[in-house]
Amino acid sequence: MASKKSKQFDPVGTLQEIEKKFEMFQVLNEEGEIVNEEADPKLSDEELQELMRRMVYTRILDQRSISLNRQGRLGFYAPTAGQEASQIASHFALQKEDFILPGYRDVPQLIWHGWPLHQAFLFSRGHFKGNQMAEGLNVLPPQIIIGAQYVQTAGVALGLQKRGKEAVAVTYTGDGGSSQGDFYEGINFAGSFRSPAIFFVQNNQYAISTPRELQTSAETIAQKAVAAGIPGILVDGMDPLAVFAATRDARKRAVAGEGPTLIETLCYRYGPHTMAGDDPTRYRTSETDSEWEKKDPLVRFRKYLEAKDLWSEEKENEVIEQAKEEIKAAIKEADNTPKQKVTDLMEIMYNEMPQNLQEQYEIYKEKESK
Amino acid sequence: METAKKRILTGNKAMAEAIALEMERDSNVFVLGEDVGKYGGIFGSTQGLIDRFGAERVLDTPISETAFIGAAIGAAAEGMRPVAELMFVDFFGVCMDQIYNHMAKIPYMSGGNVKLPMVLMTAVGGGYNDAAQHSQTLYATFAHLPGMKVVAPSTPYDLKGMMISAIRDDNPVVFMFHKSLQGLGWMDQLDASVEHVPEEAYTVPLNKAKVAREGSDVTIVGIQMMMHYAMEAAERLSKEDGIEAEVVDLRSLAPIDRDTIVKSIKKTSRLLVVDEDYLSYGMTAEVAAIAAEHALDELKAPVRRLAIPDVPIPYSDPLENFVIPGPERIYEEVKKMMRS
Repeated sequence: MASKKSKQFDPVGTLQEIEKKFEMFQVLNEEGEIVNEEADPKLSDEELQELMRRMVYTRILDQRSISLNRQGRLGFYAPTAGQEASQIASHFALQKEDFILPGYRDVPQLIWHGWPLHQAFLFSRGHFKGNQMAEGLNVLPPQIIIGAQYVQTAGVALGLQKRGKEAVAVTYTGDGGSSQGDFYEGINFAGSFRSPAIFFVQNNQYAISTPRELQTSAETIAQKAVAAGIPGILVDGMDPLAVFAATRDARKRAVAGEGPTLIETLCYRYGPHTMAGDDPTRYRTSETDSEWEKKDPLVRFRKYLEAKDLWSEEKENEVIEQAKEEIKAAIKEADNTPKQKVTDLMEIMYNEMPQNLQEQYEIYKEKESK
Repeated sequence: METAKKRILTGNKAMAEAIALEMERDSNVFVLGEDVGKYGGIFGSTQGLIDRFGAERVLDTPISETAFIGAAIGAAAEGMRPVAELMFVDFFGVCMDQIYNHMAKIPYMSGGNVKLPMVLMTAVGGGYNDAAQHSQTLYATFAHLPGMKVVAPSTPYDLKGMMISAIRDDNPVVFMFHKSLQGLGWMDQLDASVEHVPEEAYTVPLNKAKVAREGSDVTIVGIQMMMHYAMEAAERLSKEDGIEAEVVDLRSLAPIDRDTIVKSIKKTSRLLVVDEDYLSYGMTAEVAAIAAEHALDELKAPVRRLAIPDVPIPYSDPLENFVIPGPERIYEEVKKMMRS
């Protein structure tokens, strides 16, 4: 397709040119000051407060989920603290009709999209009712296979396009996920058909223990968009305003028929990879931890809002109390859900149960009645 | 008296017609895959579709099996009814995660709330010198995994009727079509690859075997080419030896129609299973297990199995013909069984 001719032979220079262009996009610095007036998304006071409320709520949900897991009251859980700006501010730029294909750490976005808390808890416990998404809640359950949601996102986007819907398909993976074949195939496929999709890479620096440098020799993950011929942007993933602005822009272009965007958000997970035995001290130093804590999204956004007189300790405590109450009620609701049986699982597989399964069903039904 | 000439179609034309009828009926049905557009699918199963429905509904994709099968899954989750073509079943190795971990499991993992009404059609089979990576059927590899229906029609009539059923089914269906039964000009054309196919839309169930030939002395269970070879052997057995073989065309691998198999064994008391797949852990073992579990007392002779030995399929013509069961071997095997 490219037909421009050049006498220059400079592959190294070409790469350097490309990499130079992927600088980190930031609106709000660590001190809570607007450093990029032009790119400020200019959210209303109410919107700013709501975004803060959601981030605080999500931080509490993370803390409570970790302790519920330690008490044995939750199962699988992947901590989210440190990634609130990447997760919540990106979701804040979406609409209800947008379709989310999350990774396993992306439970908060689903909750703010309308997934009831008690169902998220049931998902964590492996109960089949957890992932039974209500009609009109446009999401797939959290994906466990790394990167697999990327190609499915290309398909959801294709479906939205074919059905003429004014909506986008949005997916998330991590820095590790960006090394998977599905990542490349997904962005390439969506690019080929100019489908309305937004691909997020929450680069939280570690794939379990493997550092970002080992994933790729590419200076940034965002630049991988270049090979697929789609726009890519590197964003300060601890800056809610930058994440929001980048997502809003990508959504606008997607809905206008201008195709997909790859967004890399630079962030950090404070906690372990999951609650299943990961000890981050084996691969991270406390110096690195505290360096990133200085960039904390809640701290900088709180400073910014307090300076505008939009936030206070009192407001924050209200949110914390509300979150704790709702979490308590949700875990109770999860507890009250009837226990699942193997026959339940057999029932949800096919529209009509095939003969072989029907027989196995009868055997288990009898076992369960004892 | 009815004298109108009956319309004859090849396997691939019957499939393409089925897809066209469903695309007409339901605007959510669309086709995607490699060379499915102007080329019409390398085995002809999508021929003519792009002229009728345009590139918007017949999508030539990048050579990216994980992407287009994953995309079919996503589109199905969004309410479309995609028909994706995996050019050769042998290529499942590059995209199996999307097939068995996602297509087969998302309905289950969503508590039954996400339906994936999609068809993954794919070409199977050897016998035309295409070597180890382009000649397998891999029937059992797919039929083993829960969450999908796996069918392998043997005749143009069934190719059309089962394709229509597959597109209308709300569960993901793996639809295997045999290259030799497509009626392609560049392969040896077989009588079995053409027959009368009605013009209108009709359905054939995805869970029922068919007794292709009635008999009383021995049951031969097979699918696709092995079913046709069994028919040839049965004719010879009848003519030369007075042995009447009953031939069961499985048609569907998952779910498997146990009742038809057991009923036939009860009638004949002898069972030979023939498979164009590797012998170990395959369909022949599954059918033999059904016989052991449900009709052991009826058997007058041990169950016999014919299949490809556990070796990759050779490129060499004589060697390939040596490993894939044919009418001659089926004939010999039945004769041996009748002696016991």
